[in-house]
Amino acid sequence: MKTLFLNPVLNKELKLRFRTGKTFVGLLFYLLALSLLMIAFMYIQSGTNSMGFFKPEYSRMMFMLFSFFQVALILFITPGLTAGVVSSERERQTLNILLTTTQSSFSIIIGKLLSSISYLILLVIASLPLYSFVFIFGGISPGQLVQVFFFSLFTMIVIGSIGVLFSTIIRKTIVSMVSTYSVVLFIGGGTAIISFILYQLADINATAIPKEAPAVYFSAMLNPGLVLAEIFEPAVSEQVKEITGIKFPIWIAHIITYMVVIILSLMFSIRKLRPNMRKGK
Amino acid sequence: MIEIKNLSKTYGKFTALHPLNLEIEEGTVFGFVGQNGAGKSTTFSILSTLLAPTSGTALINGIDIMKKPKEVRKQLGYMPDFFGVYDQLKAEEYLDFYGASYGIAASDRDKLIPQLLELVNLSHKRNDYVDLLSRGMKQRLCLARSLIHDPKVLILDEPASGLDPRARIEMREILKELKSMGKTILISSHILPELAEMCDVIGILDHGKLVAQGSVSAIQQQLQSEKIIMVKTLDIAKTIAFLEENPRITKIELLEEKNGIQFLFKGKEKDQQELLKTAILNEIPIISFSEMESNLEDVFMEITKEVEFS
Repeated sequence: MKTLFLNPVLNKELKLRFRTGKTFVGLLFYLLALSLLMIAFMYIQSGTNSMGFFKPEYSRMMFMLFSFFQVALILFITPGLTAGVVSSERERQTLNILLTTTQSSFSIIIGKLLSSISYLILLVIASLPLYSFVFIFGGISPGQLVQVFFFSLFTMIVIGSIGVLFSTIIRKTIVSMVSTYSVVLFIGGGTAIISFILYQLADINATAIPKEAPAVYFSAMLNPGLVLAEIFEPAVSEQVKEITGIKFPIWIAHIITYMVVIILSLMFSIRKLRPNMRKGK
Repeated sequence: MIEIKNLSKTYGKFTALHPLNLEIEEGTVFGFVGQNGAGKSTTFSILSTLLAPTSGTALINGIDIMKKPKEVRKQLGYMPDFFGVYDQLKAEEYLDFYGASYGIAASDRDKLIPQLLELVNLSHKRNDYVDLLSRGMKQRLCLARSLIHDPKVLILDEPASGLDPRARIEMREILKELKSMGKTILISSHILPELAEMCDVIGILDHGKLVAQGSVSAIQQQLQSEKIIMVKTLDIAKTIAFLEENPRITKIELLEEKNGIQFLFKGKEKDQQELLKTAILNEIPIISFSEMESNLEDVFMEITKEVEFS
């Protein structure tokens, strides 16, 4: 942990990021947008009943809406923050100098990943007091809030690792960004579409009653939206079990799969950052 | 200090560096001369562990670049031909970042950085943003960066390129100081006379091959079979007639403004002495007889032309 805080790349990147006013303006606008969304939601919901009160169910709905909004935001912003961390250094001609230092490839890659997602972490942490508003009205447990926070953090690291990988192996930042966004599009939308198609196919070919579609499980477990929905509605989990016939909790499969993705992406990035002098080319 | 053994680099069918063998003693300033694409930067990149060679290896202070690249990085400071800087870092912070990247303790960095800025004459710019510095200042700052971990070997790829004459002189002075500090320096440049002045040994690379190596004078002697000789005489016609009879002499030219004759002479120093002796015996009224010193650029052009034709 000590070495993490002594990571020169992380220290330098944080210094550079928080030196400009843009960072704080961005944070301000994000919190303003979130606040306005919250106020608008509360206004609309309280206006739908004659008494003008805000029901705990609404509070729960608001929390879910915000959580999905935040995860969508992570999926949208993380590639932009991470897919150029190495390639942009290469384009600015600062990478070679950095690579001739004695800093390890591990330290450089981890420093780059953490510094690039640090801004998003700040956005999520800064929005926690707004999320906590739901406790005034009830409907959400503190555990669920913590779960959503860690799930957001996990998703950030997954997308960030993929972004760093592409940034390391692809020389051009623009190509790296397009590649990372394509993967994110697949994770966010592609897996949902594939799951739906597989389910429909299973429905057509079903001979047994109740029909089971285990293939759906393997595409659905990659979808962060589904896992997020499971945090709020345990019934989602039961439904998945019913459809796929697989009893293994889908959120655990999600975490394991993406842990493997994180580890492989970072390992590959670390290996590819510097040439393998022993192997030669 | 540096031992290069059969180091080569190929990209598909293209050979960027033919097997290179070279030994550089400690404290030597070795200059690499070559046209663009000659293999200078490729050699430097391999030595700096930025590029894996196709074959061969190199030892820096006895450490194999292939086996212990991290250890090698401790031994050398590298300054590439083109480099960028982090826009929003101050000169002092720039050095601090690289100092930290070399694992130098913060307290040591605090002492080192002012000394390095002093060495490269940038003390007055310590709190200026790096991107606002002039090209020459950035080059000097990059040189200071390459010295932050006190490396034994410095690899400087075209350190004076793109600099105005003043900045070039400043850079040259700093390099002289580094030489006096006992650093082993590998330097490449297109400004050949500067290399001649600074370097102890020169290597000429052409199309990925080391075509000549040695001190400037040794290279000139080794590779220039034909010497340019200038003679001042009281009787031009008689002298020309005498020279034309000698089979070793070609390309006789009359230098009217200098009242002299210039010609190419093919032969060793003993043959040159014989020519002068014969001229005097034949009563040629010679006032002066001198060998024109060809500069490094002439040698470079001649050597690289030979390789191209061969």
